[in-house]
Amino acid sequence: MARVVLDHVTKRYGDVVAVNDLSLEIRDREFLVLLGPSGCGKSTALRMIAGLEDLSGGQIAIGDRVVNDVEPKDRDIAMVFQSYALYPHMTVARNIEFPLRSRKVPENERGPLVEEAARALGLSDLLDRKPAQLSGGQRQRVALARAIVRKPSVFLMDEPLSNLDAKLRVQTRAELIELQRRLDATVVYVTHDQVEAMTMGHRIAIMSDGVLQQVGPPQDVYERPANLFVARFIGAPPMNTITGAISSEGGAHYLVTAGGAIALPSEISGAARNATGLEVVLGVRPEHVRILPHESETQFALEATVAVIESLGHERHVVCRLADEQMVIVRQTVETQRPVEGTAVRLSADPVGLHLFDAATGLRLDAPDPQSVGDGE
Amino acid sequence: MTSDTATTHLITDVGQSKRFLNRRRRETGLGYLMLAPSLLIFSVFVFYPFFKNFYLGFFRTPPFPGLPARYVGLDQFREVLTSDYFTNSFRVTIVFALLTVPAGIILGLLLAMVANQRLRGIGAYRTIFSSTVATSVAVASVIFGTLLNPQVGLLPWLGLTTNPSILENPKYALFAVAVTTIWQNLGLSFIVMSSGLQAIPDEIIEATEVDGARPWTRFWRVTLPLLSPTVFFAFVVGSIVAFQTFGQIDLLTQGGPIDKTNVLTYAIYKALRDQNEGKAAVLAVALFGVTLLLTTAQMRILERRVHYGN
Repeated sequence: MARVVLDHVTKRYGDVVAVNDLSLEIRDREFLVLLGPSGCGKSTALRMIAGLEDLSGGQIAIGDRVVNDVEPKDRDIAMVFQSYALYPHMTVARNIEFPLRSRKVPENERGPLVEEAARALGLSDLLDRKPAQLSGGQRQRVALARAIVRKPSVFLMDEPLSNLDAKLRVQTRAELIELQRRLDATVVYVTHDQVEAMTMGHRIAIMSDGVLQQVGPPQDVYERPANLFVARFIGAPPMNTITGAISSEGGAHYLVTAGGAIALPSEISGAARNATGLEVVLGVRPEHVRILPHESETQFALEATVAVIESLGHERHVVCRLADEQMVIVRQTVETQRPVEGTAVRLSADPVGLHLFDAATGLRLDAPDPQSVGDGE
Repeated sequence: MTSDTATTHLITDVGQSKRFLNRRRRETGLGYLMLAPSLLIFSVFVFYPFFKNFYLGFFRTPPFPGLPARYVGLDQFREVLTSDYFTNSFRVTIVFALLTVPAGIILGLLLAMVANQRLRGIGAYRTIFSSTVATSVAVASVIFGTLLNPQVGLLPWLGLTTNPSILENPKYALFAVAVTTIWQNLGLSFIVMSSGLQAIPDEIIEATEVDGARPWTRFWRVTLPLLSPTVFFAFVVGSIVAFQTFGQIDLLTQGGPIDKTNVLTYAIYKALRDQNEGKAAVLAVALFGVTLLLTTAQMRILERRVHYGN
């Protein structure tokens, strides 16, 4: 197994910069998820690791070897494509065998290896089928078997679950995690699905517009997003963001919004002090907002009206409208008393759940963790 | 359920199915009405001549115009189809098809593979490679006729003298016409093969790269099998076109020298020119039969090796 190091990697197509100065280390035996919206450069980054795209700048090392000029077949990698890219004219067995055959592995060694890979993915009974005779989930497993049969150092996966239906996706997600543990393999996994990223990755690397936004363990990224993009991208429903300006009065700090001023709790006063006078964005996740009766008096509370209530069975999302039309979503358990639509309420928040961002740069204001940006090392 | 309601149900069911039948009949009628114009055109220009041609084969054309044609049954078929004239013509046609069809496909595929690269300015090459599509048989024939002309052509310019000229040389004439044909068909072959190649998903080719296949393995084990429907199509259609070759023969060799380029279509034409409709009709039936047999055989034998994907 091996680590993968991307060092100031850039990819340009004419004037378009698909990947911009990406530095990232994927540790040995790590499951790293490259996450971002479509067109953010995550797939291009993966394809550069695979050797399917040339670099416009920087270098990529797999293990201790710089592979910029090494052909895909000599990089000791395997790739699972979004479309699975099975060879439609070959049987399952032939598909799994293809990497071995291409590398001139003797025939008597190929058989056992194919059987082993097929058994690992529960394909033993399907070896004589053609891909067209398989279901989506089975095809996906054939693609995985073809990848593991050669026992490469690094697995590259490009949205491998996106063609599966929702139920199968959840099941396959768990299987993939297990498989990675069993193989003790380094995996680079590209997805736009934050649930996949949160559940599967040891660390996730979030990209936007070709630029790496943040790298870190899923929980860290969720709890301390480095900037507004990450804050809004991770989490469903997304983090509430309320725009305003900081003002201080007698040691206390306030966020002044169109709907009035909010006293900020001491937890983020340090960040607030530095940002006095700046336009800022206050971020708070839906589960950290609480709905209080209109009569209640607390330090941090916003006047709002309950607009819509969405019930999801196990929880409900209460969409509230602030005085200046900004929307705040509140996540409630079903045990909580259900508010009444159209009534006036006050919103309070858990002080630990407050994040402050610079509205101009989008960067986190309360002492961003320098370790969480860049290669993390 | 009372018997009353059961009866009502029955009545409405009958009513519904009657209405349904009426609607179906109306739709069928409308379908034939819309087919009528093309059926009419096909009847006049294809079906009637097709059957009339069989009929004509039973009548011997009199040696002098004006005399009535005489019914001879299958005699004329036996006579013509066992003649040296026909066997030669048949052989020439087969050789011509063998010379042009595989070579056309292989060259078209080679050019398509070259042009399928992602290189700067590849569009210019694609245009050049496909340009012969816009060249008519007449133009292609004139170009090659000039190139092969012993006085003004390419050969004297290269310092080569040929006597007799290539197109008049029984050894080379068919080959020269075949080269002209391959060149003229190359553009179409290139376009067909290119579209076939482009239909192969990029990810599959990339998978072969990651899986470690060398270009040769990739071509034989993946590209060619996935291209097989296209190649098969080109083979069948190319064979039919080769069997119907006429223009370049007429313009370059008129079937000569000593019938060495007298393909079946040209033989039919010559029989007609000699006002021997009966013989021409028999030859035309033979051409139809040969084409039908060949195409059926190709479908039966080759199609088994064709992979049609999902």
